[in-house]
Amino acid sequence: MSIIEEKKGVSSVKVVTANEAVALAVKCAKVDVVGAYPISPQTSIMEYLTKYIETENLSMEIVRVESEHSAMAVAMGASSVGARAFTATASQGLLYMAEMVYWVGGSRLPIVMAITSRAMGAPWILGNEHTDILLPREWGWMVLFPEDNQEVFDTIIQAYRIADKTLIPVVVGLDGFILSHTTMPISIPDQSVIDSFIPKDVPKPYALDISNPFTHGNAVHSNLYLEFRYDIFRTIEESEDLVDQVDKEWEKITGRSYGGVIEEYLLDDAEVAIVIMGASSGDAKQAAKNVREKYGIKAGVIRLRSIRPFPVKRLSRIANNLKAIGVFDRNMSPGLGGMIATEVKFALYDLKNKPLVQSYIGGLGGKDVKIVDFEKIFTELKEIVDGKVGVEKVKWVGLDLAAVDSYFEEV
Amino acid sequence: MIEIKFLGRGGQGAVTAANLIVQASFKEGKFGLAYPSFGAERRGAILNAYARIDQIPINVHQQIYEPDVVVVLDKKILQMTNIIEGLKSGGSVIINTNRIPENLNFDGKLFIVDATRICLDLNLVISGWPVVNTAILGALSKATNIVNINTLVKTIEENWKGEIGKKNSQACLRAYEETYEVVLKNLVRG
Repeated sequence: MSIIEEKKGVSSVKVVTANEAVALAVKCAKVDVVGAYPISPQTSIMEYLTKYIETENLSMEIVRVESEHSAMAVAMGASSVGARAFTATASQGLLYMAEMVYWVGGSRLPIVMAITSRAMGAPWILGNEHTDILLPREWGWMVLFPEDNQEVFDTIIQAYRIADKTLIPVVVGLDGFILSHTTMPISIPDQSVIDSFIPKDVPKPYALDISNPFTHGNAVHSNLYLEFRYDIFRTIEESEDLVDQVDKEWEKITGRSYGGVIEEYLLDDAEVAIVIMGASSGDAKQAAKNVREKYGIKAGVIRLRSIRPFPVKRLSRIANNLKAIGVFDRNMSPGLGGMIATEVKFALYDLKNKPLVQSYIGGLGGKDVKIVDFEKIFTELKEIVDGKVGVEKVKWVGLDLAAVDSYFEEV
Repeated sequence: MIEIKFLGRGGQGAVTAANLIVQASFKEGKFGLAYPSFGAERRGAILNAYARIDQIPINVHQQIYEPDVVVVLDKKILQMTNIIEGLKSGGSVIINTNRIPENLNFDGKLFIVDATRICLDLNLVISGWPVVNTAILGALSKATNIVNINTLVKTIEENWKGEIGKKNSQACLRAYEETYEVVLKNLVRG
């Protein structure tokens, strides 16, 4: 639950965009080095950070580079000697950065990166979509996905704690524009609270040291690579409890927690539920309330806060009590379905009493996803439970088929 | 929950207006959320900004389709789009204009203010564009009382220190004084 309050000596309150919430969290995390290259909708994060450096005499160093590839290389270099590092990007920027993102994942460097989600070209597009945020889930990074500005701030802090503990870098994703540029009030804990939650003097076995020279990331033979990958696999797999635990510890000192890997909304008696992540979860929750009042449908929302680790344990426990799940993906795996739907099905396949799972794709490229869209999904899930309609491989939300037809006639 | 839609043109400060109303409401113990609509932003292009205000925290992110209040920062927008589209029955429309708009008829209240004149008088002009956002907020306060004028003035002066803050708060106060309601004629209620 999100509590926003001002307590003297404990916390202060500011009304900020989610991008400024990221920048404030990076400042409060006492990050040493930031690799910076601009891209919408991320750019204002870097603008706020440079403003803080100029006006508040921070010791943080922002290194302006010629590309995202180098922005991550800067973060990697800094982290390699034990400095706390950060960068942010989106969309094409992430794609250009990809080689270094993968390399950092393999190097086990505790870097935190914010990705303000944006669809990718062609065609050229600025609008929101989650495909970019989901890519690093295969690259040896953890991926966390907050819902509102307060949670964005809190999750950046939590991410450093998780990264320092596991030596797995963490992506914190936030919806481009519909969250990154949205202004909301947030509560900022006192600096001493943050310092004690993410101390900088943690063990850094990876840190290069000229008095004790070694290399990492050097060539291995095929008899060891599999073992390196296995250790990344099991560390992320075993982190499901850690993400829960860190969120609970954060609650102890700030009064705020978000359910760890999954926020469970109206699930106690629910028959149908939508799996979703990010800012539109709020709209889905409103829709769950509405269909309960209007139609008596026992609807709930499973908001994924953690994509890596994928919360297999928690999801299985929740799914046991449900009859149908609709997975709303603001992304797609061409020809197959939504990426998260694919993973939900994988996670639940071995369950004895598994619910029916319907994949929904919508909101790509920033197309508005409305409360009524989610109400319709809940109604349809109820019809699936009642045997009135069947499950299809994918159902599309907000798709203008006439536009598809006319476009292909023209070309 | 009150939903406000700002219709402006790039450079007039519609996005900042939406942010300021949320900041001011928060000072009065209310929660809010403000966001712009997005395209290839450029000076002069028509753009929307939205704000939601409520007694409880808001976490709805869909665009605003049925606003309670529509704020128009530029009279030319009247020719460019249907400003009352989706307006709730009994809702309010506030327009920055120096003449009473003709042929505008709806089930609600219409307020006008010459915010452009106020900004020109106070030299609140950036790159040739009168920045009418702080003035139009004064009009919004007068027309709807969503947020108190004193809270607005305080919020503006916190955002911009010194002379520029003073000028903006003056614009806000003057617009508050000069905003008036226009009685709609030939209204067909349906």
